[in-house]
Amino acid sequence: MRAAMKKNDELHLNRRSFLCASTAAAGGLLVSLYLDFPAFAQEGSPAPPPKVYAPDAFVRIEPNGKIFITVNRLEFGQGVQTSLPMVLAEELDADWSQVVPELAPAAEVYKDPLFGIQMVGGSGSISHSFQQYRELGAKTRAMLIASAADRWKVSPNVCRAENSVVYGPGGKSARYAELAERATRQPVPNTVRLKNPSEFHLIGKKVPRLDSRAKCDGSQKFGLDLDLPGMKVAVVAHPPVFGGRVKSVDDKEARRLSGVKDIFEIPLARGTGVAVVADRFWTAKQARDGLRIEWDLSGIELADSSQLSTRFKELARTTGNVVVARGDDKAMSRTPAARRIVAEYEFPYLAHTPMEPLNATVRFEGDKAEAWVPSQFQTMDQMAIAQALGLKPEQVTFHTEYAGGGFGRRAVIDSHVPVEAALIAKRFRDTPIKLVWPREDDVRGGYYRPMHAHRVEIGIGADGMPAAWRHVIVGQSIVAGTPFAAMMIRNGVDHTTVEGASDTNYNIPNFHLSAHNPTVNVPVLWWRSVGNTHTAFVIETLVDELAMRAKMDPIAYRRKLLKSEAKKLHAVLDLLDEKSAGWRKNLPKGHAAGISCHECFGTAVACAVDVSIENKRPKIHRATVAVHCGLPVNPLTIESQFQGGIGFGLTQLMGQGAITLKDGRVEQRNFDGYTPPYIGDVPVTIDVHIVPSTEAPTGCGEPPVPVISPAVVNALTRLTGKRYRNLPLVAV
Amino acid sequence: MATYQLNVNGQSKKVDVDPGTPLLWVLREELKMTGTKYGCGISACGACTVHVDGIATRSCVVPVSLIGTRRITTIEAIAQDPVGRTVQNAWVEKDVVQCGYCQSGQIMSAVALLKATPKPTEQNIEESMGGNLCRCATYVRIREAIKSASQQL
Repeated sequence: MRAAMKKNDELHLNRRSFLCASTAAAGGLLVSLYLDFPAFAQEGSPAPPPKVYAPDAFVRIEPNGKIFITVNRLEFGQGVQTSLPMVLAEELDADWSQVVPELAPAAEVYKDPLFGIQMVGGSGSISHSFQQYRELGAKTRAMLIASAADRWKVSPNVCRAENSVVYGPGGKSARYAELAERATRQPVPNTVRLKNPSEFHLIGKKVPRLDSRAKCDGSQKFGLDLDLPGMKVAVVAHPPVFGGRVKSVDDKEARRLSGVKDIFEIPLARGTGVAVVADRFWTAKQARDGLRIEWDLSGIELADSSQLSTRFKELARTTGNVVVARGDDKAMSRTPAARRIVAEYEFPYLAHTPMEPLNATVRFEGDKAEAWVPSQFQTMDQMAIAQALGLKPEQVTFHTEYAGGGFGRRAVIDSHVPVEAALIAKRFRDTPIKLVWPREDDVRGGYYRPMHAHRVEIGIGADGMPAAWRHVIVGQSIVAGTPFAAMMIRNGVDHTTVEGASDTNYNIPNFHLSAHNPTVNVPVLWWRSVGNTHTAFVIETLVDELAMRAKMDPIAYRRKLLKSEAKKLHAVLDLLDEKSAGWRKNLPKGHAAGISCHECFGTAVACAVDVSIENKRPKIHRATVAVHCGLPVNPLTIESQFQGGIGFGLTQLMGQGAITLKDGRVEQRNFDGYTPPYIGDVPVTIDVHIVPSTEAPTGCGEPPVPVISPAVVNALTRLTGKRYRNLPLVAV
Repeated sequence: MATYQLNVNGQSKKVDVDPGTPLLWVLREELKMTGTKYGCGISACGACTVHVDGIATRSCVVPVSLIGTRRITTIEAIAQDPVGRTVQNAWVEKDVVQCGYCQSGQIMSAVALLKATPKPTEQNIEESMGGNLCRCATYVRIREAIKSASQQL
């Protein structure tokens, strides 16, 4: 995803934006923004005329004063349904108590301004839409002021806006709600002045989430809670091995269950399956579990974790496709053997397991369809549903449903869950079909963080700093064979395999990085922070090892090794040192501090943990985190994202934090076999400190994840003297 | 199929379902009370936690036929209880939720904890909340909210 982001950064500088207004039937102010990229226009050709999109695209001010702000993202915990409206409301000078967020349906106008598809990923919700939402707010405010000035026959320059009211000379005032309709007839300004950060009254404040109450009283509806008239529920029997095909089905017992409507075979993204449709989920699942299916597994690769481990480790001992070759290749051979480290690492497949099981609801009506999906990839899912139904994307009305987590699992390139729902709905015309993947299907269903092996050889200089670093990474490509490949595969290497290593901020003069992307019959996917989950672990544990050998303080060693231009990392290490020195220097007996730092998605993070060992497991008493994410839009959300991301990152240290395969079959079924962190597994306190900044805001969803596991393991090493290079962490 | 008269949030509700249907699916699909969530179906995540005669119970593994006349309380009615209201308010005050999907279950477990142990220790909290999974890992703020509610009770 970073590759796509970098390429489009250049486009961002050139973009022209048009704001269009139209009058709503209800008499509200409607504003839509059209972003035009040079990528879609011939170089040097005139700009296409501004398009007018469906009304009420981003802001709707109703006569009662309520201001509806459309959020062009999925809300799945990251808090964007509060923070993007904050950005718009700031420039609009809106009365925050009247702001109501709404999640956008799939539409051209809601595509990510940089990625060109409607999505949540790459930690871009705020960073990519910050400027867009500020401009929308400022232009809307300018139109409201112009409308008031017209009414009072004064210059707009003598009017000002505050808290949803325009004030004019002589004590005149008018509420936004009364100005809204006439404001739509105002020309949309081409340029507007945006506020200086010193003028912000919302941005930078700890603003509570707008969805808290509904999520605490059971009233918030998620995709799985959808209940439509006449709706049926579907559950699919998936093959036990990826790509397996149905040979025969005995559904006699299943059909006997009262409420079962139909049972039939459907094609899947890999192989075929059997769909059960019933009045209720419970009936559908009982019927599905009662099917007797014979599967055709002929000619299918049976992936096996222990065999893959051997194969990957062997591959890691050979040079792969070269990603970085900096400095002198012979530097390693000049380092005496006593000053060399060879380290081999292994990482398992990981499932995302968001709390809300995967689901999608589709109603097919012949020449059109409607879909309700908790989706991170709205426009891609819309297109895939349309294709499955033989429709055009614009014939599919696509609603973005609130999601119970996602972490990448709802950003699936082949849209396999919505497509299954569409194929089933095709058989039940005019009937909404809610497809549910029970937890077992999710745990066993693939689309995992890929398994990886790393091999690193380090030649240490006489000064204790790494003089030569030779690194090989082995893991499946996430994007090979997909439309993302052209952008994200370079020199035969998927960028997501090496991100976090290829762009390391450590100053290592002779640095060689290569990678292998073997194919394996296991579907893989981005898992919150993607490649950084393993690259940061390897680099941060090795750098800590180097610091120990050099008998240097781990923070001081990192500062010395970092490039001077890695300003954000230097800043977070300084802040971490300041905020954690107190407790790090007064640790009780049997405790140790662990340090790590990493920059990804534009955000730098440094972390210190206080760890002891209880029952052969790490007990993490506290974590102190320092963050540099540019301008902090909502420090409360940032704090929550970092506290939560630390917990999420600990998934890979859990004793049962691995998906393994034997004879092509996934060995775990549910949370009893694949066990993410519970309350006792995460630090009791996590204090988050933000470096003050007015630079452009950068991501906060993924950057918290990579730092925690290496920090904990670095502390464990200081307690036990052992190295921990194979995850999951089965025993300390 | 069998008919059951259930006491849900102080109201009598008649349902006609298979005796083996878990209480969770009776609440969600028959009574359309979707505040109680499905997360795993094997009592491993706590998202489906309700109170049965005041005891925190995983509704995904309790067949409706075993409920009888016991009082069922769900997230939709927990605000009517003074402890429930305090806990809910503490959750909002501490900005606990992220995706929010597990929070019905977290709140139901926290209310049961505070009713039995109004001044819980860290260990009490870890034990009582230890079966409630949150993939957003809002655990630090859950602890803070429980302590805040405890102080107000």
